[in-house]
Amino acid sequence: MKTLQDLNAIKEAMRKEVALRLGKVSDGAKYEKHVLMCGGTGCTSSGSMKIADELERQLKEKGIDEKVFVVRTGCFGLCERGPIMIVYPEGSFYTHVKMDEVTRIVDEHLIGGNPVKEFLYEETVRGDEIGSLADTDFYRKQKRVALRNCGVINPEDVNEYIARDGYQALYKVLTSMTPDEVIQEMLDSGLRGRGGGGFPTGMKWKLARNIVPDADQKYVCCNADEGDPGAFMDRSVLEGDPHVVLEAMTIAGFAIGATQGYIYVRAEYPIAVQRLRIAIKQAREIGMLGKDIFGTGFDFDIDLRLGAGAFVCGEETALMTSIEGNRGEPRPRPPFPAEKGLYQKPTILNNVETYANVPQIILKGAKWYASMGTETAKGTKVFALGGKIKNTGLVEIPMGTTLREIIEEIGGGIPNGKKFKAAQAGGPSGGCIPAAHYDVSVDYDSLAKIGCMIGSGGLIVLDEDNCMVDIAKFFLQFTMDESCGKCTPCRIGTKRMYEILDKITKGNGTMEDLDKLEDLCNYIKANSLCGLGQTAPNPVLSTLRFFRDEYEAHIIDKKCPAGVCKSLLQYVIDKDTCIGCGMCAKQCPASAIARTDYIAEGHKLASFEIDPAKCVKCGACIEKCKFKAISKQ
Amino acid sequence: MAKKIATLPFTGTAEQEQELRAAIDALRDDPGALMPVMQKAQEIYGYLPVEVQKIISEELNVPMEKVFGVATFYAQFSMSPKGKYRISVCLGTACYVKGSGVVLEKLEEALGIECGAITNDGKFSLDDCRCVGACGLAPVVTVNDDVYGRLTGKPEEIQDILAKYAD
Ligand SMILES: Cc1cc2nc3c(=O)[nH]c(=O)nc-3n(C[C@H](O)[C@H](O)[C@H](O)COP(=O)(O)O)c2cc1C
Ligand code: FES
Repeated sequence: MKTLQDLNAIKEAMRKEVALRLGKVSDGAKYEKHVLMCGGTGCTSSGSMKIADELERQLKEKGIDEKVFVVRTGCFGLCERGPIMIVYPEGSFYTHVKMDEVTRIVDEHLIGGNPVKEFLYEETVRGDEIGSLADTDFYRKQKRVALRNCGVINPEDVNEYIARDGYQALYKVLTSMTPDEVIQEMLDSGLRGRGGGGFPTGMKWKLARNIVPDADQKYVCCNADEGDPGAFMDRSVLEGDPHVVLEAMTIAGFAIGATQGYIYVRAEYPIAVQRLRIAIKQAREIGMLGKDIFGTGFDFDIDLRLGAGAFVCGEETALMTSIEGNRGEPRPRPPFPAEKGLYQKPTILNNVETYANVPQIILKGAKWYASMGTETAKGTKVFALGGKIKNTGLVEIPMGTTLREIIEEIGGGIPNGKKFKAAQAGGPSGGCIPAAHYDVSVDYDSLAKIGCMIGSGGLIVLDEDNCMVDIAKFFLQFTMDESCGKCTPCRIGTKRMYEILDKITKGNGTMEDLDKLEDLCNYIKANSLCGLGQTAPNPVLSTLRFFRDEYEAHIIDKKCPAGVCKSLLQYVIDKDTCIGCGMCAKQCPASAIARTDYIAEGHKLASFEIDPAKCVKCGACIEKCKFKAISKQ
Repeated sequence: MAKKIATLPFTGTAEQEQELRAAIDALRDDPGALMPVMQKAQEIYGYLPVEVQKIISEELNVPMEKVFGVATFYAQFSMSPKGKYRISVCLGTACYVKGSGVVLEKLEEALGIECGAITNDGKFSLDDCRCVGACGLAPVVTVNDDVYGRLTGKPEEIQDILAKYAD
């Protein structure tokens, strides 16, 4: 494909089909209905692809495969309810779809025209009226820019991407803009890096364009290492809309004057890797990657590099060292990658989600983008909601939405009637937002003010059953394991911090330990080589700031208020509830449970008792007790 | 993290070696070839025994010390064989706060091995990992390419999963 006409011909041919998926019925569309089945990681794990196969088999058998089209898409976001199926044009929203429900959906809905109410997402069923997914609490407040194609197109078909304006931005850039104009557009849009640092994207491109004017080679890299455990937005973009990343990287290549790109992707994401491979192959086939793109003389190509499970490789200089085939150790900066990056050449590195915004900014303009968000944080951000929240999944919202809105309105609140305790943002580099700041505006600066950060967008909700000291210890264990060992403050310091936290959770901590911990935090922050060490103390500092009383309870009262830290727990049998069946004693691996001679009123057998000296706190007794007579105190 | 290095005798076949050499040939000119070659080698052999590292070192003309350095740096490279079924418990944040630590303990009990080890018959190996990106299903366990989500660690549930890999 060489011209805009070719692109538009594909777009036109697909337009009516894709319009159907936006709820618009248009005459002359080939199919009457499209059934979208989520092919993201979450839904695939619960068997969505087998369900799609069965659906296709039945459509064929019942002779309506000419009328109904099955599309395997990327993630819809509401992973909690997977496998998810949407039927367009009406937008009927089936959740938790099971294999044995397919027959009824085909017969009653796809053939009969009547959605099967009991399989639909409850919120969309209001008496006789059936709403679409767009008017559920989960979707209503979202604004999808980076995720606009996720759950809409088949990521393995470049034509579907083209139908949604794909590669139009690249055409515009290559045929009607100068590199400086592209960079200016990025600067004006206010887009800041979504990988955690929040550095202005336009600025980064400008530096790489200008700093070494006579560079013979430059590189464009994409950070798809997604190291924050509990964050999966980059994964969803790669799985649901891989071409957007390719298009944006090519635009970046044009802007800074590079001809080669690399995507560094986690090997733990096999579906994303597979879809990227397909996308690169298709883009090369239609001339969107390779030589002389759109006949403009501009060459650009992209290769994949797989990570191998090292968190530090998400750090920019370590990532480049890793692409070069070395141990992924960070390098001191300066020189910054814009000057000496991959193979010592000027290089830019942006995050997947950052790239996913670029084509839309080019097409709709910097002004449009900058109209969303806050004064200092423009546009939208994708968050991965996880932990103790009803609607776990992915949401994209304008910057500056309050935490309360995100958790209560979009996320559906905390399940099982529990109380919100804190939200952990920014993963191992971030901090906790306590209930007192529930109304904080979620943007870079407001979170920084309370010692927290957006990070890459992982948002883990904690309830009253989570112990904050344990969470801090969890993250320190993580950074300790993942420290690359190159610099001493991080290698040794995180270990010492972990030891102190471990001591506290075992009930052996002292108040001096808290001071020591704080000193260590400040020292490690100030003296580590790379961002890993510099931010590793954050989870501790933030929990010390907002949950000091919990640390003190562990140290002074030797109690874990949330009932998590095993060493501080006692398992106790309530002697009046115990009916004396003895199941617990049979189950106990340490023979710590014995019969007493107390017979409770109304019971025939004597109750049991746990010997705290022998108890190993494995919890086997609680699991076995049908009468809920055993508790942790 | 320290890595276990297997002391088992090397049992690579001629076909495997041929496949490895072919993979090396295909990547030889790439300046960053070492990691992709090692990933391919691990795919072929299931792990990276010293004998295989030697072939890579000689063929790519990089010092053995560098190959070993890379192998020990990245969590994904293993120097001891894995089970026929590789069980991996996610200890990412989303899974951890929903109790994946308990699931790991229960699996250790059920298999009678510790995390990082392999059963005597070579059937199951048990490891932890950091986030497989299925956080919506937390807590998550993977067995080879199968993903199991929303686990509780109940004995029946663990037995059900293990029973699927009875052969
Ligand atoms: C220890 C560490 C881990 C990081 N991990 C990631 C990551 O997994 N993904 C990512 O995009 N950025 C990560 N970053 C941030 C990158 O260094 C870099 O700032 C970012 O990729 C730049 O892209 P952006 O400007 O588009 O955000 C990490 C930084 C540090 C210090
Ligand atoms: S934290 Fe376990 S899958 Fe993400």
